[in-house]
Amino acid sequence: MDKRLLLGDEAIALGALNAGLSGVYAYPGTPSTEICEFIQKSAPEVRSRWCTNEKTAMEAALGMSYAGKRALVCMKHVGMNVCADAFVNSAITGVNGGLVVLAADDPSMHSSQNEQDSRFYGKFAMVPVFEPSTQQEAYDMVSEAFDLSERLHLPVLFRVVTRLAHSRAAVVVGDSIPRNELSPASDRGWVLLPAIARRQYVSLIDKQPDILKYNESLTAIECQSGVAKVRTGVIACGIGYNYVKESGADVAILKINRYPLPEAAVKSLALRCERILVVEDGQPVVEQDVKAVLGAGSNVRGRLTGDLPRTGELNPDCVAAALGRKQEKAGSVSEIVAPRPPQLCKGCGHRDVYAALNRVVSEYPGARIFGDIGCYTLGALPPFSALASCVDMGASITMAKGAADAGVSPAIAVIGDSTFTHSGMTGLLDAVNDNSDITVVISDNLTTAMTGGQDSAGTSKFEAICVALGVKPEHVRVVVPLPANMEDISNVIREEIEYKGVSVIIPRRECMQTLKRHRK
Amino acid sequence: MKKDIILCGVGGHGILSIATIIGQAALSAGLHIKQAEVHGMSQRGGDVQSNLRLSTEPIWSDIIPLGQADLIISTEPMEALRYVPYLAPDGVVVTSSLPFVNMPGYPEEDKLQAELSRLPHLVQLDIEKKALELGNLRTANTVLLGAAAPYIDIISREQLREAVKLVFASKGNDIIEANLKCL
Repeated sequence: MDKRLLLGDEAIALGALNAGLSGVYAYPGTPSTEICEFIQKSAPEVRSRWCTNEKTAMEAALGMSYAGKRALVCMKHVGMNVCADAFVNSAITGVNGGLVVLAADDPSMHSSQNEQDSRFYGKFAMVPVFEPSTQQEAYDMVSEAFDLSERLHLPVLFRVVTRLAHSRAAVVVGDSIPRNELSPASDRGWVLLPAIARRQYVSLIDKQPDILKYNESLTAIECQSGVAKVRTGVIACGIGYNYVKESGADVAILKINRYPLPEAAVKSLALRCERILVVEDGQPVVEQDVKAVLGAGSNVRGRLTGDLPRTGELNPDCVAAALGRKQEKAGSVSEIVAPRPPQLCKGCGHRDVYAALNRVVSEYPGARIFGDIGCYTLGALPPFSALASCVDMGASITMAKGAADAGVSPAIAVIGDSTFTHSGMTGLLDAVNDNSDITVVISDNLTTAMTGGQDSAGTSKFEAICVALGVKPEHVRVVVPLPANMEDISNVIREEIEYKGVSVIIPRRECMQTLKRHRK
Repeated sequence: MKKDIILCGVGGHGILSIATIIGQAALSAGLHIKQAEVHGMSQRGGDVQSNLRLSTEPIWSDIIPLGQADLIISTEPMEALRYVPYLAPDGVVVTSSLPFVNMPGYPEEDKLQAELSRLPHLVQLDIEKKALELGNLRTANTVLLGAAAPYIDIISREQLREAVKLVFASKGNDIIEANLKCL
């Protein structure tokens, strides 16, 4: 027995390693990145190289599961959108080796563009969903998830939120078990032709009572005062449980760490209380389910009723308030405290890219610059204020294309190197095939910088990729983004804007953060 | 006994290194610990904070409730003020006195000092000057930790010093010695 101070993410990584993991497949994304990084650092024998995007990660993991081995897929919540096709269908094929899909949600959008709740995806795909409350549970439940995955032949969705992923606590670590031997599946269930898929889908439906039975068997109501009847019953999901305990309120608690919701336990809680408060981080998934289970006339409170805030992550204060607890008197922030937004690093190449773009674009009143996801999204803020949009991975190119189709001119896309290989390449092919009049800037800093400097899938391949997709070689231009080259870069941008067709400009200079690290 | 600490400052200034040392000391002391960090977008020169909770009893929430922080340790004076709502009525603020101005609207020095002087217990020091006097500018955060140590009385200074040796073990004896000098 070993006790270690671990981030929630690290506890998950170690839990997976000790559960006989053969491969982790992931694309970096806050707050999930540290899981794959921990495995890369501590277990060279486990397959762990970064994937191009979450879909390629999910499919490769499914392939490893097909071959009989345990695989883990990790991503931030919006990555679930990217891999959804593979994820939903992996519930139909079922799995062979254990398959755990980890989604790290980011309520309050600390580093995200929405606060979608991955538990909806679990419900949608009809697979078991696990949600630990603590770092210790995160460690323990990963191994449980792999076991359940192999027992039910289903992928298990493992949901965490930022405050668990990025919080450290002492974790008691156990021993590791051996990895599975190679034993590829041989049944026809993996070939989702309609006739087979219909049969597989029925089989998935048939497994639902087993999942529910499993969840019910692990659920119990705890009541501090021990009395049979209390005014308030709390359904506390994931880390919501911690805030309820922190409040010290005398309530009956049904702690939820597994979905679908154990309905019998919910009904039994309802019999003991006048009202039920649902405490869940993210969207009101359980609140809606509980209302459906208990029916009209039930007194179910939560985010939908305004007892807890409708948006943003939970905290000990809002949960204590919802439980009617008296709170410490808090001071207020002085009005002299000014906001300090994040910004591009000193000396960052993206700065020179935006300086040049702004200079040239000022000559074209109709110009619009469509942005993408990465450090360079900060170009939307002063002093650059350059971007018209930032939506999802790769959308800069396709939105510029659509806007150009509609008549916006010049239509410019700014995308990072890692984001381009993640989801920009297919959009560029569309633009080439339509001969759209767009100028794409692939701002290449040779890394996935936003998440801390992970390897970027396309490094040293960008010119070849663009030419292979059909961009004319003379319109694939490489520049070095430095203040000294401002004149050259501006001229290149001007020339490519003037060219009526698809052009790609690749400003290339290493990220300041990775440069510092490489020099050490 | 519990000690709730907010560590704050500007992204890139290394507040997590202070958190790591305190966390290691607390682990060795057999205390319960929770330490919530901020990664990602907020690291790029923006405001950053970490909630560090130490206790002899089990800890539930990863984040500190309003009005319950016993101590704020800040690498930047204006950033210390940002977390005042979390400070307990008799809480202590230990902060670097050096403003770091990388955005518009930074308050004037006299207004900043007037606001800081309203805090119940304030320790303010020029950590860079002190670190230079002790021989190494890069140990400024350890100087700050040294100034805060008397208020983290749930662990001893000796336990913090032992933690420094563990945390900087891979960086060699010179770095360890330079940091120990500041603590």
